[in-house]
Amino acid sequence: MIDFIVRRLIAIIPVLTVVAILVFLMLRLTPGDPAAVIAGDNATSDQIADIRTKLGLNEPIWTQFVIWIGDMLQGNFGESFFFKKTVAELIAQRIEPTLALAVCTLIFAVGISVPIGVLAAYRQGSLLDRVVMGFSVVGFSVPGFVIGYCLIYVFAIELGWLPVQGYIRIGVNFWGFLERMVLPSLTLSVGFIALISRITRASVLEVLNEDYIRTARAKGLSNRVVLMRHALRNAAVPILTVIGLGIAILIGGAVVTESVFGLPGLGRLTVEAVLSRDFPTIQAVILMFSVVYVVVNLLIDISYTLFDPRIRY
Amino acid sequence: MSIETKRPVLEVRNLSVSLPSGADRVHAVEKVSFTVSPGEIVCLVGESGSGKSVIAFTVMGLLAKALKPTSGEILLEGENILAADESRLRELRCTRMSMIFQEPMTALNPVMTCGEQIDEVLNTHTKLDAAARKAKIIAILARVKLPEPERIYGSYPHQLSGGQRQRIMIAMALVLDPVLLIADEPTTALDVTTQAEILKLIAELQDGQGTGVLFITHDFGVVAEIAHRVAVLRWGELVEMGPTEKILSRPEHSYTKMLISSVPSIHPVHRDVRKDGPTVLRTEKLGKTYSGSGFFQKARVVKAAVDVDLDIRRGETLGIVGESGSGKSTVARCIARLIDPSEGKIFLGDTEIATMKASKLRPHRRRVQIVFQDPYRSMNPRITIGESIIEGPMNFGLKRDEALARARKLMETVRLDPNSLDRYPHQFSGGQRQRICIARALAMEPELLIADEAVSALDVSVQKQVLELLDEIRVRLNLAVLFITHDLRVAAQICDYVAVMSKGRVVEYGSAEQVFGSPKDDYTKALFAAAPGRNWEFGKFAA
Repeated sequence: MIDFIVRRLIAIIPVLTVVAILVFLMLRLTPGDPAAVIAGDNATSDQIADIRTKLGLNEPIWTQFVIWIGDMLQGNFGESFFFKKTVAELIAQRIEPTLALAVCTLIFAVGISVPIGVLAAYRQGSLLDRVVMGFSVVGFSVPGFVIGYCLIYVFAIELGWLPVQGYIRIGVNFWGFLERMVLPSLTLSVGFIALISRITRASVLEVLNEDYIRTARAKGLSNRVVLMRHALRNAAVPILTVIGLGIAILIGGAVVTESVFGLPGLGRLTVEAVLSRDFPTIQAVILMFSVVYVVVNLLIDISYTLFDPRIRY
Repeated sequence: MSIETKRPVLEVRNLSVSLPSGADRVHAVEKVSFTVSPGEIVCLVGESGSGKSVIAFTVMGLLAKALKPTSGEILLEGENILAADESRLRELRCTRMSMIFQEPMTALNPVMTCGEQIDEVLNTHTKLDAAARKAKIIAILARVKLPEPERIYGSYPHQLSGGQRQRIMIAMALVLDPVLLIADEPTTALDVTTQAEILKLIAELQDGQGTGVLFITHDFGVVAEIAHRVAVLRWGELVEMGPTEKILSRPEHSYTKMLISSVPSIHPVHRDVRKDGPTVLRTEKLGKTYSGSGFFQKARVVKAAVDVDLDIRRGETLGIVGESGSGKSTVARCIARLIDPSEGKIFLGDTEIATMKASKLRPHRRRVQIVFQDPYRSMNPRITIGESIIEGPMNFGLKRDEALARARKLMETVRLDPNSLDRYPHQFSGGQRQRICIARALAMEPELLIADEAVSALDVSVQKQVLELLDEIRVRLNLAVLFITHDLRVAAQICDYVAVMSKGRVVEYGSAEQVFGSPKDDYTKALFAAAPGRNWEFGKFAA
């Protein structure tokens, strides 16, 4: 097991190296002078020359890469010319809303989709099943910003139950934080609920045909125990896999959702950075998201062993 | 006190169960009545589709939703189960009536330990505390003769063998001393020696506790071994019921007579002495070693076949018998070069093919053909049987119309209608499909026909017909046949020579009469001793 984790951690290195090379080349392969790109439209030629020296752009490309990656490894992501701060500082400021949004979304998504998926499988062909399946088609096809604005219109503007936009730090006012988290997480979780409930339904349906489910019923267990203890645990692996893959979609979804709800998170930072061609920030964000994605999927792989004793690494 | 005077634990009166509309008949079970007394083992015997499992599931209240009991009563110690609601049924399950199933490999939840799974029964139905429950579970594990009950308690099903898993199922079923045990083909998926042990265990346990047993099987050998009384079912109707001895030796109904006459005898038929035809196949020290080695895993070496020497002459049938994992299918697959042997030589006529390159091997492929075990899965469901049959010959250069003409002739040979070549596999029954598979193999005009458990999935009456067909074809075409089977009775009837395999090695090899008549190897002896109903000579009755 320890072996496996170490091996997987080692396997992360080539993945991240490839990502790093692509990120590095992204800036170098942009048409024009990277220094000019970084400095922005209104820079003087002195400023550009200054940046060029700072970035070591006069060195050969391999040397540049080594310097750059060395910086990255030390957590030195450079300086954002647009925000006039170091990128590390920027990310530290912006990470909380995104993290909060991701966690709330996952809680919503898993908490809603797994039970309705199980119920839909148990009552296959019933009205409930058809409603769940119908919802999941809608959930897939309606874009996040449409759902977001609809929710704002109903719950914030018409009913006035929740604030329209904005963010309060969790440490400042917990209740205010929660109020402002509900609508964004709901918006972002719609797609996930659609996805996970479908997968849950499919994999529970498959398990329900297994012989050991019949054995469990022959023991005189109640339907609830049969479903939750015997069926769901056996159906867990595909569900976990989809949740893991979902983290990637979540990051993409955060960009839109944060814009709709005015959350000052990494998603919006990314949008702003892209619009202002703030390359150091873009690079850092991409690298960070890749690390998160790889690590989350490692955790998911490890969690398989908790659900299925036959899986041994 | 005799069995008859006690009140029955189970009384099935006039039971009918309807099939959903669109099925091939209206009732899965029609007007069936029988009783099971305390301490009695009643066997329900029948071929597939006879409704025997439906009866078992109706008693447990576990019928699929599409099936509905339409009339009759099922009395468990006088209480009508058909009138009981779901929660009452749950109370009765495992406390008064229990069930064990055919497939021990899949009947246990793979992600829970065996102990936990038995504990669920006690937790649901009793008020015992954790320590008392555990003590009771350890005791029942010991009673079903599992070694090291403490270790087994914490084991997952995949860590146990098939026989051990079936013991867990039995322990789970009997832990609360139910009055009725329903056993649905509990030994069908097990090897013959394991089967004998499980049958003995069931008989011992039920005798000790006076449990009534409803035992479902298709195997008359098992019936002869274990049943007190027998009920014979056909198409959902009970055709005959009586004490085992009477039904087996003096059956009255023509269907029962036909079934019992179809059971192959365990005594080999006398065959002529060795023919002097040319040797079609010879293996020399054939071996196959599997080594699973991953990048970071320890290499695991499994010797599936070791030093196998066989030979078959034209017009002869050589049988390889053995239990699962004995290597018999591995040998067959090596000979057909479906897998590559790791050691030794295979001579097909004069050609050595064990180490031949794939490109050179191609022309020789035609000479060896296989009929597989499961006729439901060994044909492509999306192409017609005609296309399946002519695909091979056309691949070897025969023109389409010639190949079709050959296919039509072969359909007659296997006694099917040549005009049905444009139908799809699902339009045929299991026995018919196996005939089609034989026709497909013969279409290549092979020198050696390998039948890998080719009759194991078939009902006994169909099995008999397919066996007769294979033997007839062997004689007519003067074919060499390699017949792989786990069923000693089948081997006794069709083989000229028999090789007994165990753990990858041939432990005994000789003429069928000699091997069956006076086995020398200890393993062979044990295998024969375990064959169910070996002491019973099934008569041949005129229907």
